[in-house]
Amino acid sequence: MAIALAVFSGFGVALAAPVLSRRLNNAAGWVLALLPAALTLYFVSLLPLAAAEQPAAFSSSWAPELGLFLSFRADGLGLLFALLISGIGTLVIVYASGYLKGNPNIGRFYAWLLTFMAAMLGVALADNALLLFVFWELTSLSSFILIGFEHERESARAAALQALLVTGAGGLALLAGLLLLGLAGGTLELSTLLGQGDTLRASPYYVPALILILLGAFTKSAQFPFHFWLPNAMEAPTPVSAYLHSATMVKAGIYLLARLSPALGGTNLWMYAVGGIGASTMLAGGYLALTQTDLKRLLAYSTVSALGMLTLLIGLGSQLALKAAVVLLLAHGLYKGALFLVAGALDHETGTRDIRQLGGLFPKMRLTALAAGLAALSMAGLPPLFGFISKELTYEAALEYGPWLTAAVVAAGLSFVFVAGIVGIGPFWGRKTETPRSPHEAPPSMWLGALTLAGLSLLIGLFPATVSGLLVSPAFSAAVGQTTSVELALWHGVNPAFILSVITVLAGGGLYVVRGPLRSGLSRLAWSRGPAFLYERSLDGLNALARGQTRILQNGYLRHYLFSILLATTGLAGFTLLTKGGLYWPSAVTDVRFYELALGVLILGAAFAATISWSRLGAVAALGAAGYGVALIYLLFGAPDLAMTQFMIESLTVILFVLAFYHLPHFAQLTPRRSRLRDLLVALLAGGLMTSLVLSAVGVQLFPSISDYFVENALPLAHGRNIVNVILVDFRGIDTLGEITVLGIAATGVFALLKLRMSRRKTGDEK
Amino acid sequence: MEIILAFVIGGLFAASIYMLLRRSLVKLLIGLALLSHATNLLIFTAAKLTRGNPPVIGADATALTPPFADPLPQALILTAIVISFGVMAFALALAYRVYRSVGTDDLDQMRGTDV
Repeated sequence: MAIALAVFSGFGVALAAPVLSRRLNNAAGWVLALLPAALTLYFVSLLPLAAAEQPAAFSSSWAPELGLFLSFRADGLGLLFALLISGIGTLVIVYASGYLKGNPNIGRFYAWLLTFMAAMLGVALADNALLLFVFWELTSLSSFILIGFEHERESARAAALQALLVTGAGGLALLAGLLLLGLAGGTLELSTLLGQGDTLRASPYYVPALILILLGAFTKSAQFPFHFWLPNAMEAPTPVSAYLHSATMVKAGIYLLARLSPALGGTNLWMYAVGGIGASTMLAGGYLALTQTDLKRLLAYSTVSALGMLTLLIGLGSQLALKAAVVLLLAHGLYKGALFLVAGALDHETGTRDIRQLGGLFPKMRLTALAAGLAALSMAGLPPLFGFISKELTYEAALEYGPWLTAAVVAAGLSFVFVAGIVGIGPFWGRKTETPRSPHEAPPSMWLGALTLAGLSLLIGLFPATVSGLLVSPAFSAAVGQTTSVELALWHGVNPAFILSVITVLAGGGLYVVRGPLRSGLSRLAWSRGPAFLYERSLDGLNALARGQTRILQNGYLRHYLFSILLATTGLAGFTLLTKGGLYWPSAVTDVRFYELALGVLILGAAFAATISWSRLGAVAALGAAGYGVALIYLLFGAPDLAMTQFMIESLTVILFVLAFYHLPHFAQLTPRRSRLRDLLVALLAGGLMTSLVLSAVGVQLFPSISDYFVENALPLAHGRNIVNVILVDFRGIDTLGEITVLGIAATGVFALLKLRMSRRKTGDEK
Repeated sequence: MEIILAFVIGGLFAASIYMLLRRSLVKLLIGLALLSHATNLLIFTAAKLTRGNPPVIGADATALTPPFADPLPQALILTAIVISFGVMAFALALAYRVYRSVGTDDLDQMRGTDV
């Protein structure tokens, strides 16, 4: 119960956030941060349970017939994520109170940030596949709103939409994949599914389910070729970039891969698809980072590269690789989160994020520089920081798979060192440059987060045993699918991984030294038509398709609508009549009296005359003749009331027509001959269908008629002898009341339409 | 007789649909009037026809003796006739109003909602 409460508390506090923010002004961030802080402590308290393989769990049925249960489970992997989410969440909310100080919409910002946090906790802790999907989509939605937070800027709106469409499309694929997985395993509870790896891998659903789930994970975690949305998402305020687009949300795909790897991993398809995409993403992101001049985009591409590295490690799937992945996940969350917060502080204090304009800021921003330096050292993989341990493990894992993979990972490592230098050293050391704003130290709310995260990188690096037992081992066990324990140590001795590490730092440092020429050289090779181009083209295509089909189907021409309706009806009903039997064609016309035949001919002739008449009065007269003819048919076949009404109404209609035609234009031939022939064909087809329907329907009685009831009860119950009248005013009296209302409304409408003329003429005169 | 009426109904539908497909608003209204005739006659015929013998209980009788015409479709059609008259009157007023505002009764000339 407590665990469900922990997840949902964020939604509740989010509702109160705007009010709190208005009441407390700048203190609101510190107060709201108490929630994630408390959650962090709570999750820490759950760690021993997870380490003892007895994770806290809760389950309650939500819609059991759909397989949807409100079930949560806090195992090692979930808790590692939950701690990243709540821990960094605490710091980011405090940070936002400084970063967005004075922004009138800050209350809304807190609300969405907390909503995101709750949703993301749900992703990490959900034990039901459908529940996970619901939270997954909620993170996409809150990411959409947070990227577009400064919605007055068009670029922010476009980036928000792009992120939503890419991750949303992936989310749909994920849903389909999870459902297939549920079909294959017979349950949607993840903890049960994970134990059925062999069944799942043997299932015919395995390949489609895996591909769909991978699509969901790859779009969310910005894997190549879907990586383009992440750098564009840097339109968001920096707290969002640090939190969603570096430390937590973009790792949801990684989380899912790690979570499902015991069930789905271990096949060649898994290894090549996940590993291959991961490696491409790692290299593409690392390369693209080299050319960036905007601090945040630079960090974003390097995040893409790190996400690729994580995916690659999970794809490799060896024990060592998964251990490296879990450690990298934690290390990256700490140093990249810190560096993003530093980038935001620099932007906030100097007014620019262009790395060519930043330099020599150490004397002005000592604390920020300290945080940046520590985080950068961790990112570059230097001892004694946590990043060093992570990099050693990654290299060790890659060395198992031969020189090519090792070379690729080292290449990405070079890019890491380069980026670390640019963000952690470049802005603070060297020559002092002019910036748009005169810089000074950021407020405590803004250096606290970066310094805490960077400090943790150092502490864990120095004392890795603090996390190895309680945090890393359970998470690693969950990813491997068996209980294992991990010993982390800072110093592994001089081994191939260490030598590669030294090479990486030296070569990366060399790249940093020649960064100016390198950047201008590479940007000449820039990749102008990336996958983003494809995204734009397909979005344009989709819009064009919508416009095109609207132009065809909703073109505003009444006759085109009529054509669609008539041809569809005639085609479908005619097809059914012809193929399913039931078409009745009389062999001989019997039982017809001469005057009845003459009446039929009269009506048809009058209708024909009404259609071809050139004179308006002629047409109205023909229309009246047809109406009187119909009235006579009523009279002949036992319906005197109908006949009387029809005579009266027909006379009135003719008068109305004549009155109206007095004000309306003469008939004109508007359509060319070809169109008239086409219309005639459609009309004859529809008329023919109606004739054959009547022929087939006459005498068919599928249900007993309710007429008998009226006939029997008209006299005893309603004391009326004219049964039609009794039905109208007694049995179905309310219907008749409705009919009178309709007539009243029509009369009001007619009156208003005629009256309108006078008021318009008046305004016309005034003009 | 139903067979004859089947063709009358088909002819009325064909004539009305042809008129509904015209570009002139006035012709469209004539098509609308023909459409209601066709539909009423369809309901009337589908329930089987009975010559003479309206569903009225004689002054000295206590119940109807067959054969008699089915009262139910008659009640439905009676409502339909009156409602279609209301529709017709409204449509004519609307056509008049539109012609006054737009200056044409050609449906293809009426594009958009701004006069």
